[in-house]
Amino acid sequence: MNFTLKVWRQANAKSAGRLETYAAKEIPSDASFLEMIDIVNDHLEADGKEPIAFAHDCREGICGSCSMMIDGVAHGPVKGAATCQVHMRSFKDGQVITIEPWRSVAFPVLKDLVTDRSAFDRIIQAGGYISAPTGGARDANEILVAKSDSDSAMDAAACIGCGACVAACPNGSASLFTGAKIAHLARLPQGQPERYKRVELMVAQMDDEHFGHCTLYGECQAACPKQISIDVIGLMNRDYIVAMATKTPDMAGASGHG
Amino acid sequence: MNMLLTFWRSTIGKKVVMGVTGLIGLGFVIGHMAGNLQAFSGAEKLDAYGALLHGPLHELLLIARVVLIAAVILHITAAYQLTMISRAARPVDYAGRKPQVSTLASKTLKWGGVLLLVFIVFHILHFTIGTVHPDFVDGKVYRNLATGFEVKWVAAFYLVAMIALGMHLYHGAWSSMRTLGLARQSAHPLKRYLPVALAIVISLGFAVIPLAFLLGVLR
Amino acid sequence: MELKSKVPSGPLEQKWDSHRFNMKLVNPANKRKYHVIVVGAGLAGASASATMSELGYRVSCFVYHDSPRRAHSIAAQGGINAAKNYQNDGDSIKRLFYDTIKGGDFRAREANVHRLAQCSVNIIDQCVAQGVPFAREYGGLLTNRSFGGAQVSRTFYARGQTGQQLLLGAYQALEKQIAKGAVAMHTMTEMIDVIVIDGVARGIVARDLTTGRISTHLADAVVLATGGYGNVYFLSTNAKQCNVTAAWRAYKRGAAFGNPCFTQIHPTCIPQAGEFQSKLTLMSESLRNDGRCWAPVKQGDTRSARDIPESERDYFLERKYPSFGNLAPRDIASRAAKEVCDEGRGVGDTGLGVYLDFADSIKRLGEKTVAERYGNLFEMYERITDENPYRQPMRIYPAVHYTMGGLWVDYNLMSTVPGLHVLGEANFSDHGANRLGASALMQGLADGYFVIPVTIGDYLAQAKLAPVTPEHPEVRAAEAAANDRMKRLVGIKGKRAADSFHRDLGKIMWEKCGMARNTASLTTAIQDIGALKEEFWRNVNVPGSDADLNQALEKANRIADFMELGELMCRDALEREESCGGHFRTEYQTPDGEALRNDDDFAHVAAWQYTGEGATPTRLVEPLTFENVQLSQRSYK
Repeated sequence: MNFTLKVWRQANAKSAGRLETYAAKEIPSDASFLEMIDIVNDHLEADGKEPIAFAHDCREGICGSCSMMIDGVAHGPVKGAATCQVHMRSFKDGQVITIEPWRSVAFPVLKDLVTDRSAFDRIIQAGGYISAPTGGARDANEILVAKSDSDSAMDAAACIGCGACVAACPNGSASLFTGAKIAHLARLPQGQPERYKRVELMVAQMDDEHFGHCTLYGECQAACPKQISIDVIGLMNRDYIVAMATKTPDMAGASGHG
Repeated sequence: MNMLLTFWRSTIGKKVVMGVTGLIGLGFVIGHMAGNLQAFSGAEKLDAYGALLHGPLHELLLIARVVLIAAVILHITAAYQLTMISRAARPVDYAGRKPQVSTLASKTLKWGGVLLLVFIVFHILHFTIGTVHPDFVDGKVYRNLATGFEVKWVAAFYLVAMIALGMHLYHGAWSSMRTLGLARQSAHPLKRYLPVALAIVISLGFAVIPLAFLLGVLR
Repeated sequence: MELKSKVPSGPLEQKWDSHRFNMKLVNPANKRKYHVIVVGAGLAGASASATMSELGYRVSCFVYHDSPRRAHSIAAQGGINAAKNYQNDGDSIKRLFYDTIKGGDFRAREANVHRLAQCSVNIIDQCVAQGVPFAREYGGLLTNRSFGGAQVSRTFYARGQTGQQLLLGAYQALEKQIAKGAVAMHTMTEMIDVIVIDGVARGIVARDLTTGRISTHLADAVVLATGGYGNVYFLSTNAKQCNVTAAWRAYKRGAAFGNPCFTQIHPTCIPQAGEFQSKLTLMSESLRNDGRCWAPVKQGDTRSARDIPESERDYFLERKYPSFGNLAPRDIASRAAKEVCDEGRGVGDTGLGVYLDFADSIKRLGEKTVAERYGNLFEMYERITDENPYRQPMRIYPAVHYTMGGLWVDYNLMSTVPGLHVLGEANFSDHGANRLGASALMQGLADGYFVIPVTIGDYLAQAKLAPVTPEHPEVRAAEAAANDRMKRLVGIKGKRAADSFHRDLGKIMWEKCGMARNTASLTTAIQDIGALKEEFWRNVNVPGSDADLNQALEKANRIADFMELGELMCRDALEREESCGGHFRTEYQTPDGEALRNDDDFAHVAAWQYTGEGATPTRLVEPLTFENVQLSQRSYK
């Protein structure tokens, strides 16, 4: 198969970027999207030209590194798949394919298609955990968790932190990412003690990172490689309202220490 | 107070404000529509209803107006600020972004809202204060309707505005429930049936009045 | 040099307890005076960083990813073993210990493996407390499944994403410590060298991958948790960025490399589709619980699977290993699949594949139950191959998955360089010559949560460390060497992309030091790698600059180390004149084709000591003594 690629090239965070055109020739239909880029890069490198920089690692849809806007769709045309799980058989021979990085003020472009997604880490730092220092845990089976709770916690916990939700959102909102972690922990008994403090701090951090707001377009859910449901956003909002409504002055004094 | 401010400053807080004020608006339009439909019971009935509101229920009407004006101001302020936040969230736009599941209603929500605002101002000047009405008589509600809708472009504007209202409600009513965290967990959260019915009933319920005058069913 | 394992004396069951009592402690108030560098934030690195900082040590953690959540531990699918005996099926710490020792073909250190089994129960408790959503029964209790090489159900799992959930637990604990300021996190920063002063590890040299800047970082101890080196084969189930560089530089600074030739080939991977392939995808071993492996009886049978009648199918694992059947350990299942393909009975276009068939399970359990258990794996398979495993059997073939070898460590997880500790897959310690399924996650977390936080205190309490400044000549020299290496790589400006060398290296390794090895293949492999290495340093083309985000340079830097490691692996495989676990020398096999160990001459760890560029490394030996298990011919029949 042959393709024409229009790829965003940008030397670094400070410089301006632009779309450049490349020919991708003789690509096997069984090749993954990233393998197609590999082939293009091999040719570029052998010619002494700088290869297209792109984030990738596990190539099986779990590490959340890969992050390409393919023809205006986060992670491309395959539902429930990360870029690395898209194969060229999903495209038409001769197709022109535009490839761009995630676009968000919170995800500055570092080079070409590589962005800095550390904003997500900072949202987790704000409260996306259960405080359980090593050593103090009681026997695992002493905590009973209804299977349905455990299953729906797992649904939310499946998030791979790729940022497709932000990339696909017309508002650039990180609500699905933040809501997924809040829902994962709020749906488990272990997550209850810190439940409302967690949502308060994580939402504040989400806003501080300058992500947009949620209008419930549903684009995040459609783009999510793990198909995490926008239900998690409802849970986050409800918990946030409760957190705000029940907050006592003491808690306000204690907050901000993670 | 500190907490209220924190809440208002957060994007979720603003969305909640939009949701709550939106639902207030929804309640209002349902009541308004029910009042309007009395036009089909004749001029006397409708005028009497108007007199009731402005007479014995005067205080109630005043409270409603204050609440509604506050709701509209909050709704618009939050919408404006959120729009600015989201615009700043993506300083460099995509060469082309292809929405996958966004509805027409959600995509037109913002500008539909602006259109509704223009409509509301016009509507108040038209039927409440009467300044843009060709022949306004205080208290003669039915007559004002009939003469008001004789102007064809005005009737047409009302119809367009009601389509915008239907779409605004279709997304807004549904998303408010989700924004407020009141929706139940669902296997297909984007599917919605009640909002479709609600949007159709309300926009039709309003639109039948100008339509009826246009088509001569009411005179 | 002598390898001192420092295994405590006393009965096996009490070694860890008494060792913990005998170790020196650091006063809580003094802990913050010590600075520990952790390289890597997978299960071992993240759990170690979080736990050590909880104890009060100042920790700096380095990863080359943009976030610590992306380490390759995240891709582990199947589960984590623990001797909880929640299923009441006769499991115990002793049984997990025994299964692991036997699974490793009696080439692991007894005391380490027993400690691992002891820690396993605490790991599950710890992870549940953190909110890891392990699979549960309707009553709310944890559920288990069985895994290869064991006859009890002791594997805890979170759908097919166990590694992800365990890593996120550790990652979240780490992020919490970062927010507190207790851990300094350095993302997108790759370790390039270890700084060794007066024979003691005192820091690292690292490269900022965004700016290319080389920097030095000093500490009181260094902990490497940098994963395995399976990518030496180019095609493996490892993530693309997995590399040996950190471990290799440590080796070149004096840390002995243990059993480099012990590589695990996983039996259930999706077969290679073509030359363009960049990695292989694992299908969780759990599939063998309900899937049956078979191949056509006839050679070159091109009929589709469903057209081959039952009588013409060879369920080779069930035939050869009736008591374990499809749950035979990985090395054995892999070799059996290879044999079938070598006989010309392989399936698929390449003939390199066997079937893994769920038809019987679907008949017995219903499609719904099968989908519940393996739905996400089936989906993953279909996405890659465009074939529906509910309708036609999966095609699978073995692929490189894990490396049991790694930097040699003593019982305290310290390498032969004092102060340099090694955890998880990066060390050689617990899996002998073959790792059992669901044991890697167990080891990573045992090392990180429960072992190193204690043993590092013993080291720090006794080490007499003189202050070091960045101006120290050794620090400066290491920094300059790192800069020179980067400049040299970008300066070659040859004609071949770095990846093409990697592919060539992979082919050499897979064909000559892969599932079956012998004197001839290994000898030629060493020569081939030498030639490849020579060409690399003459003809590689690394475009761009070293002062920039340069992925070509990152790759080239890692591939250069892989080539040197490949050579050492072949050398180690050549010297180990026996077959054991994943190391199968064709010269040493039983009449029915099983691995034939030589316990008289090779019941030991071989650890290689670097002796300088171009010089043959020294082979050190740590004898393995087995006091609690009977050395026997491993049988799963």
